[in-house]
Amino acid sequence: MEETRIIIAGYGGQGVVAMGNVLARACMIEGKNVTGMVSYGVEMRGGTCSATIVVGDDEIACPFVETPDQAVILNQQSLDKYEECVIPDGLILVNSSIIQRPVKRTDLEQIQIPASQIARELGNIKGANMAALGAYIQHTGLLKMESVERGMRELFGGKNPVMTEMNVRVLREGAKRFTLVKARQKA
Amino acid sequence: MGEKILLKGNELLAEAAVRAGCRFFAGYPITPQNEIPEYMSWRLPQSGGVFIQAESELAAINMLFGASAAGTRCMTSSSSPGISLKQEGISYIAAAELPCVIVNMQRGGPGLGNIRASQADYFQSVKGGGHGDYRLIVLAPGTLQEVYNLTMNAFDYADFWRNPVLILGDGILAQMAEPVEMEPYLPLMDIPTKDYVLDGCRGRAPRVIKTLILHPNIGLVVHNQNLQTKYRKIEKAIQLCEDYQTADAEIVIAGYGITGRIAKGAVKMARKKGIRAGLLRPISLWPFPRETFMKTAQTAKQFLVVEMSEGQFIEDVKLAIECRRSVEFLGQGGGWYPTQEVILEKIEHMAAQAKGGR
Repeated sequence: MEETRIIIAGYGGQGVVAMGNVLARACMIEGKNVTGMVSYGVEMRGGTCSATIVVGDDEIACPFVETPDQAVILNQQSLDKYEECVIPDGLILVNSSIIQRPVKRTDLEQIQIPASQIARELGNIKGANMAALGAYIQHTGLLKMESVERGMRELFGGKNPVMTEMNVRVLREGAKRFTLVKARQKA
Repeated sequence: MGEKILLKGNELLAEAAVRAGCRFFAGYPITPQNEIPEYMSWRLPQSGGVFIQAESELAAINMLFGASAAGTRCMTSSSSPGISLKQEGISYIAAAELPCVIVNMQRGGPGLGNIRASQADYFQSVKGGGHGDYRLIVLAPGTLQEVYNLTMNAFDYADFWRNPVLILGDGILAQMAEPVEMEPYLPLMDIPTKDYVLDGCRGRAPRVIKTLILHPNIGLVVHNQNLQTKYRKIEKAIQLCEDYQTADAEIVIAGYGITGRIAKGAVKMARKKGIRAGLLRPISLWPFPRETFMKTAQTAKQFLVVEMSEGQFIEDVKLAIECRRSVEFLGQGGGWYPTQEVILEKIEHMAAQAKGGR
């Protein structure tokens, strides 16, 4: 397996860090090498927040990501900031519930998911991150969904088991309800 | 095999310290090391230790002086500007030959700088920082597994040599997370009983711990000679370095900490392209792993130093190989990070030039 470099971005409070933690933990559960970094600067206090995850079978050299292979974008501001950074022919996931404009890049494969809407329907608006994660895992096959669920339970189950199970349902629902927009065929 | 755990570098370092028996921590907040005091603030009381958020960096380092004189394993942490403030106390502790562990998660400088990661405190760490002829044992982890292991080792080195140990990290190592095997603490060596500590002298002769030997005229000279003798012994005992694919390497990259780790990725990429590259990643910065560098200089054709500064570590590389090979440089200060791709580009350039020159 080649290295996969992922960026997750959204508003502070949208669960970017939690999603990064779950993803990194699920990678560890599957015995993969993984590094995770979250933004620690002024952006923590409002504005966009990001988490970068690097997954691979070999040792990971560089834990920060300038040109991600894949981007999980939860709000419009982050789309504006990171769309251009994704590598050519990469993957972008957008939370279509709150992102109004279409993705400009035509070489990227797109996952469109109404993440906030799904989360709201299932009773927890804060679960949009997990809906996005469900769609991301389902499409990429990076990890088994069970590993992600286990990661969620290990991280949050002790503190709030009811909320954790609700989020697991959001994760599963996200895995079902996304639309794929293929990259434009190259000439 | 120990349990595997996923923690930030800062939290992991704090946990390793507690497991190695650290029972006193004093610090003052500064990004990007805040998770260390934050972790210690709940973890130490839980383990029967003492956490103090000091009123300043200067106070924190002097609290360590006291804790160490009383025989406790102790630690303080800060980031670049805060470490500058501690220098007076560090010099005093080194002079009194007291063990302690100091952590510097470097950020951009000079002055207030910024909170991005940096490696611009190299000179300060290995050449002195404070006044007087003293040395710190300086350890530079490159992975979080090393953060965990070296933090434990740092307490042993400090106690064994009665010398402060500096763990030199940076903002990336501090903030990143990766899985780490939590092996139980095992001392590196037999540590002599602390027969110098000030624990009340009822029933025994009083002991004196001072930063100055006040014997007229020659007292301080002799003290300095003793310190130097100790430093020479440490230089023989500790020279840690990761040596990766240097045996047949024509271009050898030298980098420490996070930079060395990224450079390893670049070496792998270069090898895939048929360039014989290798890596020397010093893990102890003082003592500098001179022998490994000298040995490698006999076979390598050129060196490339990569560091997140304008060029400090490069001086020790040149000294270690006695300038026998050309040494190229890739680095910037102020929060610049090298990527594997940028390092690879430089390696390819060097390889092409070497070919053209033949």
